[in-house]
Amino acid sequence: MLLSSDILIQAVANGLLTGAIYALIALGLTLIYGVLHIINFAHGALLTAALFAAFFADRVLGIDPWISVFALAPAFFALGYLLQRLVVWPASRGEDRAILLVTLGLAVIIENGLLFQFRSDTRTIDHPFGFDVVELGTMLLATTRVVAFFAAIGVAAALFVFLAMTDTGRAIRAVAKERLGAELSGVDVPHIYAVTFGLGTACLAVAACLLLPSYYVTPQVGNAFVLVAFTIVVLGGMGSVPGALAGGLFIGVVESISGLLYGETLGQLGIFLIFILVLLFRPQGLFGAKA
Amino acid sequence: MLDVTGLRAGYGPAEVLRGIDLTVRAGEIVAVLGANGAGKTTLNRAISGVIAVRGGTIRFDDEDIAGSRPAAIVSRGLIHVPEGRRIFPNMSVRENLVMGSYARARANRARNLDRVFATFPRLAERTRQAAGTLSGGEQQMLAIGRGLMAEPRLLILDEPSLGLSPLLVEEMFALIGRINAEGLSVMLVEQNVVQSLALAHRAYIIEQGEIVLSGAAEALAADPALQKAYLGL
Ligand SMILES: Nc1ncnc2c1ncn2[C@@H]1O[C@H](COP(=O)(O)OP(=O)(O)OP(=O)(O)O)[C@@H](O)[C@H]1O
Ligand SMILES: [Mg+2]
Repeated sequence: MLLSSDILIQAVANGLLTGAIYALIALGLTLIYGVLHIINFAHGALLTAALFAAFFADRVLGIDPWISVFALAPAFFALGYLLQRLVVWPASRGEDRAILLVTLGLAVIIENGLLFQFRSDTRTIDHPFGFDVVELGTMLLATTRVVAFFAAIGVAAALFVFLAMTDTGRAIRAVAKERLGAELSGVDVPHIYAVTFGLGTACLAVAACLLLPSYYVTPQVGNAFVLVAFTIVVLGGMGSVPGALAGGLFIGVVESISGLLYGETLGQLGIFLIFILVLLFRPQGLFGAKA
Repeated sequence: MLDVTGLRAGYGPAEVLRGIDLTVRAGEIVAVLGANGAGKTTLNRAISGVIAVRGGTIRFDDEDIAGSRPAAIVSRGLIHVPEGRRIFPNMSVRENLVMGSYARARANRARNLDRVFATFPRLAERTRQAAGTLSGGEQQMLAIGRGLMAEPRLLILDEPSLGLSPLLVEEMFALIGRINAEGLSVMLVEQNVVQSLALAHRAYIIEQGEIVLSGAAEALAADPALQKAYLGL
């Protein structure tokens, strides 16, 4: 098959656009992993829940996802905070194995609750910019996805600055690497765990509001994203925020190009091929330092 | 200022502290001395709320703090510089110190940073270096500096001389003497019996979770039983 460079460039650009959303989802996952040292199995289900929330905000309340994000992000922060504080932590008594099971249980409950309520119908919204495109040289890019790209990068950058510069951000990094030292510096560790879980969940709400204009909602949709996000987390180095961003963009491009080469349905093949190769040869990740 | 009575604590089924009575008065350096596994670190952990208290009372400034959370105890000004330093390896020296003022004295952060840098010029030369790459002695200075950032009312030091060269141990003890002379109460937990007794006002000897000897440091240093057990005289 012969590929013109225009098509290739277009595929790379589209891959970057998708990759930024992947990165945002991976960011939440890697943050929670880095600090609580657990894989949050409820991540996919919470993303689905966020997509439904954004969907109904649009269809029932008439609030565009680009507006509702300003309410949904804080709401999902609070949801994540309370889940960790009132469910995950008490139910697991701080034992890592138990936390895994609790988040898995949460995922089952959320998913099946949504399935029961909404069936497995596919839902979409009509976004006012849904059919607009941005012309960039020879490329045509969907406006909604360009906006999503910049918003996702912006949120990732804001998160990075928050972690680097604020007292709470420093406390999060301190707890991640040296819990006892943080405790003895007066950090309320259960609170910081919950804040971290909240931030990870808020990332999902932002991702959902950015996805919705160009994507669909079903009760299982979140899992496909989180599978990719997990790959990104491993690729970027478990717990690394810059790694998640770089890994997200990279995986977006890989998916887009292998989709071009092998067809849409096999696009994700390339991702998992890379995933396996990374696990075999560079288990500490491609980009990040050791977690 | 710190009043511990009948303190019991342990891990799982094992009881480590079996009724500890101990007092630190304002302005004192009190040494707590004992061999490996005597329960010194366990005592510090129980006082600072990191492990559960199973019996007895801990009063700090006349308020019962037994069972309080570590963050609440830090907020009162009881600061514990732990064994093994427990600095944040992924953060710079400066960030480590800033973390010391997370729960207390945040408003005085800039002034206290200057103070700590004046006390530890070696840290001042390395503000941007990752703390994990510091030498052992520098890490110990950083851990103490982090504790000082909270403007402690009582500073608990768990084996600050551990792993330091003899010269640096001298320096460390002199420094503890200086910060005490500025008015800070110190509970010095050590295995280094000779130097600790030379520095402290009073001392407690702990063996298998119990206080077996206590008194003025000078008197203890001359005590035949202690000389036999700890100084090999
Ligand atoms: N996390 C733990 N779980 C179970 N047992 C512990 C734990 N930490 C300490 N112990 C046990 O408690 C006893 C007292 O230990 P502790 O650390 O308090 O001694 P120490 O006096 O500080 O000794 P060292 O001078 O070696 O630091 C030891 O027998 C030790 O094995
Ligand atoms: Mg000890």
